[in-house]
Amino acid sequence: MTAALLEVDGLDVAFSTYGRRASVLNGVSLKVREGQHVALVGESGCGKSVTMRAIMGILRQPPARISKGEIRFAGRDVLAMKPRERDALKGTAMSMVFQDPMTSLNPVFTIGDQMSSIVKHADIRTGRQRTRQQRKARVLEVLGQVRMPDPARIFGAYPVMLSGGMRQRVLIAMALLNEPRLLIADEPGTALDVTTQAEILRLLDELVDAGGLALLMITHNLGVVREMADYVYVMYAGTIVEHAPTEALFAAPRHPYTKALIDCVPKLSGHGTFKGIDGTLPDYTHPPPGCRFHPRCPRRHEPCTSTPPDIAVAADHATACWLYAESAQ
Amino acid sequence: MTAAGRRAMPLVSVDGLAKHFPVRGGVLQRSVGMVRAVDGVSFEIEEGDVFGLAGESGSGKSTIARMIVGLYRPTAGIIHIDGVDTGRLGGTHAFRKMVQMVFQNPGSSLNPRRTIAQSIAVPLRFHGYPRSELAARVGELLEMVELPHSYAGRYPHELSGGQKQRVAIARALAVEPRLVVLDEPTSALDVSVQAKIIELLKVVARDLRLTFLFISHDLSLMRNFTNKVGVLYLGKLCEVGPTEAVFGAPSHPYTRALISAVPVVSTEEAALRPQVPSLEGEVPSPANVPPGCSFHPRCPHAFDRCRLEDPVFHPADADHRGRCHLLDAA
Repeated sequence: MTAALLEVDGLDVAFSTYGRRASVLNGVSLKVREGQHVALVGESGCGKSVTMRAIMGILRQPPARISKGEIRFAGRDVLAMKPRERDALKGTAMSMVFQDPMTSLNPVFTIGDQMSSIVKHADIRTGRQRTRQQRKARVLEVLGQVRMPDPARIFGAYPVMLSGGMRQRVLIAMALLNEPRLLIADEPGTALDVTTQAEILRLLDELVDAGGLALLMITHNLGVVREMADYVYVMYAGTIVEHAPTEALFAAPRHPYTKALIDCVPKLSGHGTFKGIDGTLPDYTHPPPGCRFHPRCPRRHEPCTSTPPDIAVAADHATACWLYAESAQ
Repeated sequence: MTAAGRRAMPLVSVDGLAKHFPVRGGVLQRSVGMVRAVDGVSFEIEEGDVFGLAGESGSGKSTIARMIVGLYRPTAGIIHIDGVDTGRLGGTHAFRKMVQMVFQNPGSSLNPRRTIAQSIAVPLRFHGYPRSELAARVGELLEMVELPHSYAGRYPHELSGGQKQRVAIARALAVEPRLVVLDEPTSALDVSVQAKIIELLKVVARDLRLTFLFISHDLSLMRNFTNKVGVLYLGKLCEVGPTEAVFGAPSHPYTRALISAVPVVSTEEAALRPQVPSLEGEVPSPANVPPGCSFHPRCPHAFDRCRLEDPVFHPADADHRGRCHLLDAA
């Protein structure tokens, strides 16, 4: 098995606002291996974006505070790095594809300007010397890789001149400019129409595989997860409740939350369960004791309300639930 | 004609509906073009149906919804609701009482300075509901959408997205409408909340014998909520029929491509998707609609006739029609 490129270990993040302390991430651990496609899935407010921001090093501190845990990238502890070392990683070895193609581009600069400046700033941070011409050549090369028709024209175009799907390609190209090893995609394609989304996902898949990159996707769409990821982490209220290879997770979900979440998705066949989950996400300033899902769980029993379950691993399929605590031992 | 032989009159009948928006440009803001947002759409909704309009952005689905509730005046075409031409009825009290709408974003469709009770009471006051009974009626409506009575005095910012959408539904149901237009009512919500809202809509539809026009881009949701569906592409319907038939045997190449692109969560569903090559490119701008069949530049089956002649509807099977030259048996 290949080595882990990214390893998050027992991450706790809390936010302090107006004197209240919200414990948002609670012992989040995950692993992305070289060349692997990993998805982090959960509903809004479950902490996926905070996790992603902590990994990228763009979490604003304060109000956030990483109180515990480690983030290792290629074996090095990034939380212990000096700010300059950390900055050299951002947008280079690990880079991000942003979600909203409509707002993530600056409307007053051309695509070429925006992309060239990304290369330039990365060069400054990593100490690489390139001329303006060389940078432009790199931008055109990457625009070609994302199969943009006529890269030279796009180079001089303003964002308003491009359709949603083309802007999403530009955002992917931007993330690829500095030859990253890990690509983090925030809700890839969800702002697009379904036919365009399918095309963008296929492109992303091909580029990631062709470049031998690792992909970490953050999404709420279980359908996208099933089609794109090799391995899935399911998140609820700041905790990882289950993780497993994609096929195993969809074929036999174990955690009551994962099961309920799959039941929430309307099925294209019109068959199967289609029902919601009662209740709402807990208040992070007073998270429930024990398992954070217990107030909404149909199968809660005695230990759930008092003690948080440990993650139990059975054959590469891990579940943080008291129902599986004994079976794993 | 005997009573059994006569078909009941549809609640909604839309005939040749069109809405064109002028594109203005230049210093004088002259009209420099036309956006054909909706262009010759006809369909009928029977009483008690949940009729779905599916389509990607720019297909004109929201424009149709807005014309039916009377927020836009059609450029051409006639809308009959309960047998009455809304061109004459639109804007009257009787019409507004009969047709209500639930909007996409509950965060912006509720007035932040009104309490929940005040928001729900707006249509009641407008339609002259006796003041003394207002509070009781608001309580009844909150109960109907499964919200506690204590929410009456709260403000929208104190509610979650799903709860706000429940309030919007209560407000739409307040004056006992017969037709409720639902414009992407769950697209801003999480799946766990979406499923609860759909459950609620199914219950109120049954209890109050409502008819729904449901607008969505989510085909899986369409499959699970509607009993008839129309698929829109660039302002025109390309396929209409019972939901089972349209999903089971889509007759139009666009419908097939659309269904095949939906990301699904089980192998059972994946096997049901038509195996067709995925579409290249994106939906063209409705300001610049291709000639002939508007889908031809992206259609894998396009031939000469498609480039020249806009197809008409052909029956695919009972009650199921597709607007494609390939269905033309002649």
